[in-house]
Amino acid sequence: MPGRLGRGLLTALFVAFVLFLYGPTLTIVVLSFQGPDGGLTFPMNGVSLHWFRRLFERQAVGDFGASITRSLALAAMVTLATVVISLAAGMAFRRRFVGSAALFYLTITSLILPSILVGLGIGLAFNQAEIDTHWWGSALGAQLTWTLPFGLLIMLAVFNRFDGAWEEAARDLGATSWQSFAHVVLPIVAPSVIGIALFGFTLSFDEFARTMLTAGTDNTLPLEILGMTTTVTTPVLYALGTASTLVSFLAIGLALALLWRARRQRA
Amino acid sequence: MRAWFLAAPLALVLAAFLLVPLAMLVAVSFYDYDSFRLIPDFVTTNYVEVFGSMVTWRTYGKTFFFAGITWAITLLVGFWVAYYLAFVVEGTGKRTVLFLLCTIPFWTSNLIRMIAWVPFLGRNGLANRALQGAGITDQPLEFLLFSEFAVVLAFVHLYTLFMVVPIFNTMMRVDRRLIEAAVDAGAGFWRVLWFVILPLCKPGIAIGSIFVIVLVMGDFVTVRLMSGGQSASVGLMISNQISLLQYPAAAANAVVLLIVVLMMVAAILRIVDIRKEL
Repeated sequence: MPGRLGRGLLTALFVAFVLFLYGPTLTIVVLSFQGPDGGLTFPMNGVSLHWFRRLFERQAVGDFGASITRSLALAAMVTLATVVISLAAGMAFRRRFVGSAALFYLTITSLILPSILVGLGIGLAFNQAEIDTHWWGSALGAQLTWTLPFGLLIMLAVFNRFDGAWEEAARDLGATSWQSFAHVVLPIVAPSVIGIALFGFTLSFDEFARTMLTAGTDNTLPLEILGMTTTVTTPVLYALGTASTLVSFLAIGLALALLWRARRQRA
Repeated sequence: MRAWFLAAPLALVLAAFLLVPLAMLVAVSFYDYDSFRLIPDFVTTNYVEVFGSMVTWRTYGKTFFFAGITWAITLLVGFWVAYYLAFVVEGTGKRTVLFLLCTIPFWTSNLIRMIAWVPFLGRNGLANRALQGAGITDQPLEFLLFSEFAVVLAFVHLYTLFMVVPIFNTMMRVDRRLIEAAVDAGAGFWRVLWFVILPLCKPGIAIGSIFVIVLVMGDFVTVRLMSGGQSASVGLMISNQISLLQYPAAAANAVVLLIVVLMMVAAILRIVDIRKEL
């Protein structure tokens, strides 16, 4: 184990790493409250909510209201689909079945393929099948190829440590398989389900690499931001960043609160 | 039967949105095209153009450079951050809180985290102001933003988490008695690290490396945003061809990238067996 000096150095490294992680984001949060005459860097030229108001003026910066509505709706659909599909697949993977290894490797492949390949492939497939791409269709599928591997890996980790005796007890007491799932398995794995929902929501809400070529004509929020990076040179970009980060933090906060409650109820 | 029924939704989604698109990608890479449309055909001109162009080779060189340097830095930083969390921090509660602190940025937007470097690195940014204030330079450094330096900085900023989490996971599973035994046998800090901890952490290092390398090899936004269009990557090359509607050329490039990435992953898996981790 490291000596006192080593511990000091590692602590310093960790603090520096955390500052490195959060520093830039905190900076743009502060700068998004620039006064109306303020620029993209310090100094602050007064403090105001000017740039947040500008967000909602339609012509000023693309269409913030519509794109964030789309992103939230899409994230909700992706979250629901990711939770249900991962949970079902997790139950299936508790026993080997014909094709289970192939399906597992396919899921891992989905995770590690460069996103631009997945997006381009889906775009081409829809194009050749002459189906229009939409954020609620092709982009939904594209995002699931990104969120489902996380969901499945979490479920596999959970069921690896799951004690099957609980279910046997339920069965001995006459529970149907649905009853033993709903009243025994689900409450035990609930914290992981919350975790999968957090992954599903935040990964979808911020996704752009797989969405870009599959969303069709209407932009999601990250695509709107991507378009703005080259055209907008005012702190309204930071206001958008602050708003988007706030949504992510609300999701993380909600998930942590639910986890904490689930843990307390069990204790 | 029941297992198939439960696994079917996952299989269907992946078949429709991964397998079919990949097959389409391969098919289109052999298509012919003119300025208006794709012409279903079986021609190899797209691949001849990919391999015949110096731009391809230079772009791959640049992309390997970004992947290599990002991998080395994220591994170094990620390893020691994970080490700190696993072996220096005491108490489960404190460890969980600090670990969460490291992972929370993963759930926020990568785009915003890139944009957030602007007020730091710009001409009148904090870094330049600090350097000039300290008298280290008298002119603002131009290379900070819109440069390869900025690209690597952003990659490290975005992807070090992907190293920390798997390495931390394997470190937490290291049997502490092994370390005690090594210390009792007279091993110092570095010998314990090299002969006990490092070998046991190889699977975590391999998983982290796969993530970082694949993410950098396929990137097309970080390079564009952070280099201000002054640098290139394979992903960016593909996305440029897409915006020019040269789909078969983009598809051929994508198939080559796919093969290169799969070969890199296979190479990592040959060196380290990660099956225990899965």
